[in-house]
Amino acid sequence: MKKIEAIIREERLETVKKELEDNSYFGMTVSEVSGRGRQKGILLQWRVGEYRVDLLPKLKIELVVLDEDVPTAIDIIVRNARTGEIGDGKIFVLPVEGVVRVRTGDRDEKAI
Amino acid sequence: MSVSSGDTAWLLVSSALVMLMTPGLALFYGGMVRRKNVLSTIMMSFVALGLVGLLWVLYGYSLSFGSNQGGFIGGLDFVGLAGVGQEPSPLYASTVPHLAFMIFQAMFAIITVALITGAVVERIKFGALLIFSALWLTLVYCPVAHWVWGSGGWLAQLGTLDFAGGSVVHINAGVSSLALVMLLGRRRGFPQEPMEPSNIPMVVLGAGLLWFGWFGFNAGSALTSGGLAASAFVATNTAAATGAFTWMIISWVHRRPTILGTVTGAIAGLATITPAAGFVTPLAGIPIGIAAAITCYYVMLLLKTKLGFDDSLDVFAVHGIGGILGMLATGIFASAAVNTAGADGLLLGNGMQFLKQLLSVVAVGAYAFAVTWILGKLVDVTIGLRVGQMEETVGLDLSQHGERAYGGLLR
Repeated sequence: MKKIEAIIREERLETVKKELEDNSYFGMTVSEVSGRGRQKGILLQWRVGEYRVDLLPKLKIELVVLDEDVPTAIDIIVRNARTGEIGDGKIFVLPVEGVVRVRTGDRDEKAI
Repeated sequence: MSVSSGDTAWLLVSSALVMLMTPGLALFYGGMVRRKNVLSTIMMSFVALGLVGLLWVLYGYSLSFGSNQGGFIGGLDFVGLAGVGQEPSPLYASTVPHLAFMIFQAMFAIITVALITGAVVERIKFGALLIFSALWLTLVYCPVAHWVWGSGGWLAQLGTLDFAGGSVVHINAGVSSLALVMLLGRRRGFPQEPMEPSNIPMVVLGAGLLWFGWFGFNAGSALTSGGLAASAFVATNTAAATGAFTWMIISWVHRRPTILGTVTGAIAGLATITPAAGFVTPLAGIPIGIAAAITCYYVMLLLKTKLGFDDSLDVFAVHGIGGILGMLATGIFASAAVNTAGADGLLLGNGMQFLKQLLSVVAVGAYAFAVTWILGKLVDVTIGLRVGQMEETVGLDLSQHGERAYGGLLR
């Protein structure tokens, strides 16, 4: 089992979510995060002049999948989150030791 | 004179309109500071309703409008509202109850004290601010209000024209802010770290309430409900509109048309038209609004961006400069045809009026700066003006008030 953490643009969430769903990946956790990569921030204006904000709002999608599903899930996220511009985000894949479904107590593969 | 029901109705409504400006200012200022200081900033303005609203009826009104003492200050005859009743005053607003005139003036004193707080947010100790505000009301606001508006005040005798408080409110608050910032210093991290406004929609709501209340401020200052009030009302709206639009264009030329800039332009236009509103034609609001936006914009840019002077919410750049500009513009555009109690200005061949306005600007500015500096220093050496480093870092909402603006994890 692996956990996929994908940092993506806010405006790409809907299409990413849709295609994951079409391929039967339902479960996910989405959170609002701030971060910094090569995009280096954006310029904002005050009453006069401007200032740079270097932590930009992004969304983080977390989903746990079977090892063999990792390439498909990553492919779906990349295809739908990509715009080609700097700031498209990043995907991390982490090993998962165990999973428990709280309602039934099911474990691991049965609980994904 | 007998009481006019129309004038009384208008003045009481105007008093309520001006009252609403202070919570409006609280939201206007509150939205411009960082999340951790939203409540403390709102509180600094709102508490003026409590503090000044009380001191004004106890003695503030008397020091401003009591019997003339050498042109400098009012006497103690109206302390505790003695002799201020349902009959009109023989000296002020002769068609409304004396109480109505008194409470209208109270609202001006309240918002003037609140205006100053924009310069010192995010770092001043709350207790120190309260003590300073009480001293400042007593020793700066009341005398200056007497000079300009009190019967026998020396600037009133001289023929200074200040319809609704360009000098008494705006120069007074703006210049005092300058002195207080010099004593207090910059916010920790300014100007290297960006200090992001926490809630610009709240700033816009506050600006809307200020604009709305300003009709009471300026048109109410006619003290009657006739043609002069209507003229001041239209001049006020015209200057606000022009100021807003001009600032929007400037920020667009610079990069993008910002909302924060547009509402700032409206406030600059409103502050600047204030002394002129009932002495100039409504359309004089156009050149005054344009001049307000351009001048305030570039002074702000110079002070903040070039000099790194942390007048945090630009009280001097908007109200100080707006007040000075408005007092001088009154000397240029005034017309006795608009208001028989006024005078002609420079454009109608009366250069003397311009010089009188200039003298008033210098006198009020110098007095406000000097006395504010002394009072601020006094508070600083006794209880200290500034919060500790840790208190400033965690934010004044928590450290000064034990509250936070936005709820916790469980919504």
